Amino acid sequence: MQVIVSVNRFNPKDNNGKYWEDYNLEIEENATVLDALIKIREETDGSLAMRCSCRSAICGSCAMRVNGHARLACNTKLADMTDEAGMIKVEPMTNFPVIKDLVVDQQMFWDKVKQVSPWLQSEGPEPKGEYVASNESMNQLAGVMACIMCGACVSDCSVMEVDKNFIGPAALAKAYRFVGDPRDSKSVERLGVLNEYSGIWDCTRCYECVEVCPKGVAPMDRIMALREEAISVGYGDTMGARHADVFSDLVEDSGWLDELRLPIKTVGIFNLPALLNFAPVGLRALVKGKMPAIFHHNVPNVQNVRNLFKRVRNDQNKDG
Amino acid sequence: MKFAFFPGCVSRGGCPELYPAAKKVCAQLGIELDELQDRGATCTGAGVLQEKNQFLGDVLNARTFAIAEGLGLPIMVICSTCQGVMSQANRRLKTNPDYLAKVNEQLSEEGLEYKGTASPRHLLWVMVEDIGIDVLKTYVRRPLSGLRLAPFYGCYIVRPSDDLEFKLYRDREDSLERVMEALGAEPVDFPGKTRCCGFPILTINEKNSVQMVANHTASAKQLGADALVTPCPLCHLNLDGYQPSAMRQTQQDINIPIIHLPQLVGLAMGFDPKELGLSRHIISTKKVLSKIQVAV
Repeated sequence: MQVIVSVNRFNPKDNNGKYWEDYNLEIEENATVLDALIKIREETDGSLAMRCSCRSAICGSCAMRVNGHARLACNTKLADMTDEAGMIKVEPMTNFPVIKDLVVDQQMFWDKVKQVSPWLQSEGPEPKGEYVASNESMNQLAGVMACIMCGACVSDCSVMEVDKNFIGPAALAKAYRFVGDPRDSKSVERLGVLNEYSGIWDCTRCYECVEVCPKGVAPMDRIMALREEAISVGYGDTMGARHADVFSDLVEDSGWLDELRLPIKTVGIFNLPALLNFAPVGLRALVKGKMPAIFHHNVPNVQNVRNLFKRVRNDQNKDG
Repeated sequence: MKFAFFPGCVSRGGCPELYPAAKKVCAQLGIELDELQDRGATCTGAGVLQEKNQFLGDVLNARTFAIAEGLGLPIMVICSTCQGVMSQANRRLKTNPDYLAKVNEQLSEEGLEYKGTASPRHLLWVMVEDIGIDVLKTYVRRPLSGLRLAPFYGCYIVRPSDDLEFKLYRDREDSLERVMEALGAEPVDFPGKTRCCGFPILTINEKNSVQMVANHTASAKQLGADALVTPCPLCHLNLDGYQPSAMRQTQQDINIPIIHLPQLVGLAMGFDPKELGLSRHIISTKKVLSKIQVAV
């Protein structure tokens, strides 16, 4: 098949900045994006820089953006990605500094992973053999242990695009792997650190990382599990945890969301600076007739909803 | 065509202009609506309640699905977030019979049971899949020719694509652009169209949230868009309500109107902009309206 691979190129040694270069090539129908790039490098343009190794979606080296989303080039079929004109667009991952062409600097990525102390910290006397964990307890971690550290989730993360301090989906998924490990004795301390600014509560829940992860790690789901765990071990005094609490209470009370009370109760009714911060937005909304109703009504038979909340919570408490 | 209508909280709360606009458009399209919230259906949890208790969230959504099943009607929503949260819950309920049984145990006291037949759909998808683009075109009385519009989907109506059954319904991927074209407008492709608006972290990290607003609105404007169009009222709250903050934070003039999808369809149908609530936006819609020679 005939394809056009359009590559976003960059070489710090020349002064061209970033530019697009199109390569026309004839390649077999079942070729991957990586096959095409290797063919270009070997037959057309030896100056094209990229990383690759295993060609089997195991090493995580060849993550890059294909048609605007991060993917592993080695497990992406070219034919699935070409448009009507037979073209695909290949770019380096975003949220990483580009070294050359498709090669990015991963230093920041590894620094963030190191930040979550990605090793087992157990307590007590060392066992004679291995540290033993039951199959059941480890099953829930199997998915997250499939991570190959390719960086695709970080590349497409909405928050890292605006805030380089955010610890990010890959490091948080790695943190979950140790928080959830029954042999680790530092889970509560780990959650304490993750609960701080730039940690678990800064995620926007946009699902970009879930969508692009080539190994089904679902980093965002792990971040949500860390939030639930942080609240359950007592780290409830964050804006994020309060927001979830107040949201749940308001739905329990009336069946649907009271949008006027949600922000006020989340920041606290005595938190004057935060309330004043809402004033301009509130005023603009009021002027335009966009203010939610002051007297919020209940859904019909709201008692059924309240009973349901109580029943679910009681049963969950009974089950521990 | 009749649906069990789930308008969500924001369309009658922070974006009160959305609910009447959606009702007018549906009536014009011949879509009959049976209001689920009048029958006691609750908020979906919006993914926020789920942070604390996902099971409880799934019970609430299963309850809404069961009420709709009782009516014998498919569910229609007008909010990307409602769509996504319902679709995610539905996938968990439909793919795990033991889990569904556990959820139904909670509903049984109210005499409800979710049988697993629901398939909630946004008005956007209903227009593309049930009504059809060609039929939609026949409702246009005021073509939006000359308008350049940037689509802004909202995360939960595009991801996770498996939960939203994108492989089964191929048209969902560019549904918003197709509707814009049917109404006579020109879609402007821009990098932010499936990105996050920042709303979920507004109370947690306002600076980051507002920066997202600035990036998306400024890039749409730079590409020559007259307005952004969204099927998500939560995106609207941030992109419209916090655009003044975004302009201040990034020290630039943006001022690009954000239009709800039903408002856009209503405009093309010939409704008066005031009826559609187009005067109730924080960022004025006047420039867009004057471009199609309508006064507000």
